[in-house]
This record gives sequence, structure tokens and C-alpha cells, in this order.
Amino acid sequence: MGQLPPDIWIAVRLTVELAAITTAILLIAGTPLAWWLSRTGAWWKEGVAAIVAMPLVLPPTVLGFYLLVALGPDGPGGMIASLWGARTLAFTFEGLVIGSVVYSLPFVVQPIRNAFEAMGDRPLEVAATLRASPLRAFWTVAIPLARPGFLTGAVLGFAHTVGEFGIVLMIGGNIPGSTKVLSVAIFDYVETSQWREASILAGGMVVFGFVVILTMMLIEKRIGRAGL
Amino acid sequence: MNGQGLISAAFEGKTGTFSLDAAFAVPASGVTALFGPSGCGKTTVLRCMAGLLRLKDGHCAVDGDVWQDGGSFRPAHKRPVGYVFQEASLFPHLSVTGNLLYATRGRKPAKPADPVGFDEVVSLLGLGRFLDRSPRHLSGGERQRVAIGRALLSQPKLLLMDEPLSALDRLSKDEILPYLERLHLALSIPVLYVSHDLAEVERLADTLVLMETGRVRAAGPIAALLADPDLPLLHMPQPAAVVDGSVLFHDPTYGLSTVDIPGGQLLVSGDLGSAGGRCRLRIPARDVSLGRELPLDTSILNALPAKILGAEPAADKQMTVRLALGEDGSGAPILSRISKLSWDRLQLKPGETVIARIKAVALADSTKELPD
Repeated sequence: MGQLPPDIWIAVRLTVELAAITTAILLIAGTPLAWWLSRTGAWWKEGVAAIVAMPLVLPPTVLGFYLLVALGPDGPGGMIASLWGARTLAFTFEGLVIGSVVYSLPFVVQPIRNAFEAMGDRPLEVAATLRASPLRAFWTVAIPLARPGFLTGAVLGFAHTVGEFGIVLMIGGNIPGSTKVLSVAIFDYVETSQWREASILAGGMVVFGFVVILTMMLIEKRIGRAGL
Repeated sequence: MNGQGLISAAFEGKTGTFSLDAAFAVPASGVTALFGPSGCGKTTVLRCMAGLLRLKDGHCAVDGDVWQDGGSFRPAHKRPVGYVFQEASLFPHLSVTGNLLYATRGRKPAKPADPVGFDEVVSLLGLGRFLDRSPRHLSGGERQRVAIGRALLSQPKLLLMDEPLSALDRLSKDEILPYLERLHLALSIPVLYVSHDLAEVERLADTLVLMETGRVRAAGPIAALLADPDLPLLHMPQPAAVVDGSVLFHDPTYGLSTVDIPGGQLLVSGDLGSAGGRCRLRIPARDVSLGRELPLDTSILNALPAKILGAEPAADKQMTVRLALGEDGSGAPILSRISKLSWDRLQLKPGETVIARIKAVALADSTKELPD
């Protein structure tokens, strides 16, 4: 096997970075959202839940189009970019992070919400009768009990970000070292008939996908045994 | 301040389709049972007391400390209660010790600031063997014991127990009841105990709050309520009286203990502990027969004078006779179930003094020690 071109590794590193940052943001932002969705009695909560779930059904190109407009010079993204003298968030790594967060949101929020709902009110009531403030009950009871939901959400969010293609192409383009992620790289290699590189990357993705699914199944089996 | 030494509660409002309008005031000492059929609102009252549920029109105060009144409502985590749920509801991600010390954030209580000690609870409830274990590996009865210990170690001023035995099988129930009785003896924390099992209530409660479809039917000392002709307890198929007494001495030759009760003394089989110890006796009405004279040739050991207070007709041509022990009727209330024929033949009337013959065997059952 000959030397792999260095741009493969650049693409791999960029993809992992993007997925890691996206997952971290989603866990931080998605947890309060999932908590609210699981606890609130507001009649419009299912409306919010539907908006969160939209990326599941929208074609990535549609989502990508709106994101492109929003991140561009005339959208809110452009205004934010002007804070540090740039013109646009489109075709930047930051723009990709924003797009990935929106796109992978349901994959993180849903499992965490399910875990919070499965837990029920009882553990929090117990905590309250043991003098725990709502905040302490959240950190010491709700978060630990929902851990399997966080694991599932993190794995799904990470894997889903690694695999995205349509949105990346729409808002990120194909800039090596900045927005050229794995899936775009594979597309590029095929376009330029570099079949060996394409098959190495594609094969790597197959292995990655298998490991992800297997991990998920093992996590779920462990939850079942623990009998929460 | 007003309300010292009292638990007072008044809750009115709706939860879902159920409407509650319950008010009572009971002593802030000993065990008070909230008793009634399933769905009568006992648990709702308990949840209101704990602050887990807020009804619009509510008032509750414990020992002069107001927890809810009009617009003011103290949230659950700021009320000094311990709550034992129907299911143990232990935290599965913590060890038994972690559960026990959750309220104190892992700190063991330090006397005298904390009246309930860690080692005391562990030995009272027999938890020593599984402190380091995960709650997942405990039996139902063991879990409920940990849950009781966890509630006690939050140093509550009031312990709320919501049918803590109902999710357990017969064997686990029998395992836990002695612990509850010991607890009652060793700690002076008042308990509100929800139950629909009269046997449990007769064994544990000092005060009874009788509930029916969201309302309080009656509240008072258990002995008085069991013998009240206006309440349904007397009209049940197997009514009984409970009498609290103190042990005088034990005679090992015949295996009998002499117990002093208001209005007389009773012989009870078995060793009921050292002299001076308090015990509760249960006297089923069907084990008490009546006669005009002191029986001379009978195997029945206990025959005490008692004054007839009244009599209510019961099923199958029988009468439930209400009596008070002692020649003058100043002693403990008891019940007797006799046939209508005997009632008429003996020509018994309220106000008369008769001899109540109590089968000794009936007394050995479900005795309990009480706090001083």
C-alpha cells in the first residue's frame, strides 16, 4: 500500500474536530432544551419539539439553503461575522459548526428528553423531600439517571455530524483544511477518479459506522440490565 | 405561638377530577394513621403536607411552624419532613450509604445538632450488612428499610409514610413491622402514616384520622374511634378494641405476663418484656363474652367487670356491645360480639355492670411496645 496523500489526514482531522465541537455544543445547549421539553406543561411544547425535529425530514439542501442565507453577508451570521471584521460566516469552519449543530440537534435532544421522561417525577420528589433544591436535584439525580440518554445522544450527534454531506456542500464548500470534511473528500476523489483514496475513506467510514452501532447496542443492553 | 404540639392541616381543592376537602388537627407526637379506602385522598393529603402538591386553599402547620397559609407556601425542599413512598424509590446510581446520606450531602450526622444518629439508624433498621451495596441487589423489604433510614437521616420534624408496606409481600411486611415499632419506641419524631390496612393501623397508630371520599370523617385517639357507634369501624365484620397497657410481671411457670390496663389487669401469654414496658393489646369483639356473675369453673383466665355503654345490632342476629372496663366504667373501652338471643336472655341494658370474659389467647396477638 502506497503513501496516502496528506490531504486525507487533514480532512479526517477537520471532521473529527467539527464533530467533537458540535457534540459538545449540542450537549450543553440540548440538555436544558430536553429538560424543558420533558417537564413543561406548556401547550406549545410539541410545536417546539416539532421545530427541533425538522432536520429529520427536511432535505439537507433545503436546510443548507436557508442556513446559507442566514450565515451570508446579509443575514444575522454576516452581522456576527462583522464583529471581528469578516464579511460572512458561510464557507468558514464556524459556519459549518453552526450548520452541524442545527442539523444534528434532534439526534441529541430526543434521546436526552426520552431519558428525562422515562425517569418520571418520583426521583425528583424524593430528592425534594431530602432537602435538595431543584438545582441540586437536577445535578445529583436527574443527570446521573439520564446518563444513558446522554451517551446515546452524544454518539448519535457525533456520528451524524461526521456523516453529513449536503449541508456542508451548501454552506461550507470545499476548502481544504477549513471546510473540506471526509464526506466531501470522498466525493472529490470519486469526481477525480482517485478510486484508491475514495475506497480507503469509504471503508474507514463503514468500520466507523459499525463501531458506532455496536456501541449503541451495548449501551442499551447495559441499561436494560441495570433496570433503571 | 398557637398550634404548639399540634399537626394541623386543612386542604381544599381539586387535583384532576378528584376533589379534596380535608381538615384535621392531631397531636404532634406518636403515630397518626390516615385511614380509609383506596382513592379517598389519603395520599393527596400527605403530598400536600410534604409540599409536593399545592392546592389553592391550603393551610398546614406543624408544632407552631406554618408551612402553608393563604398565599404563602414553603416549597418541599425547605420543609423538615421525611417522606417514605409506597415504593422504596432509592437512587439506583448511589450505594446504600450514598442514599442514606443524600440529605446531608455525604456528611454523617453529628450530635447534638442532629438528633438522629447514623449508627443508631443503621442498627435500628438492621442495615449494617449492606451499606456498601447497590440498591439493585436488595430485596423489597431491605430497600424499604433503607428508604425509611434515608428519610430519618434528613433529620425530619415530621415523618410522612405513604403505605410503606403495601408494595411488599406478606413475608417482607412481617419483617418490617417490628422495625417500625422499634423506631416508634426509640425516636420521638411524630409520624403521619397512610394505610388502608386496619390490622397495620391497630398495631401502630395512637391517633386515627378516618377519611372518606376526600373528607375527614373523624379524628381522635384510636381506641375511642374503634368503639364509636357512629363510625363504620364498629360495624365491620370483625370489630376489635385496642388497649394500651404496661407490663407488671412475667410468670415463667405458666408463660403468662400480667398487664396493667385502664380498668383492670389482664393475663397475656408470652413474655412481653421487662416490668414497666408499654404494650398494646388487641381484643377482638368475638373473643369477649358477657355474663352476670364471676365465672368459677371456666378455662377463661380473664374476667373483668365492665359497664355497658350501648349495643348496636350486627349481621347474623348478633349484637356488638360497647363496654368500658371497671365497675364504674372508667377504664378502657372494649367491644363484645354476642348473639341477639344472649342479649335478650340476659336482659342486658346500657348502664349495667357485667363481667366481660376475655379469652387469653386473643390477647397474645399483635402486641406492641409504645414510647413513654
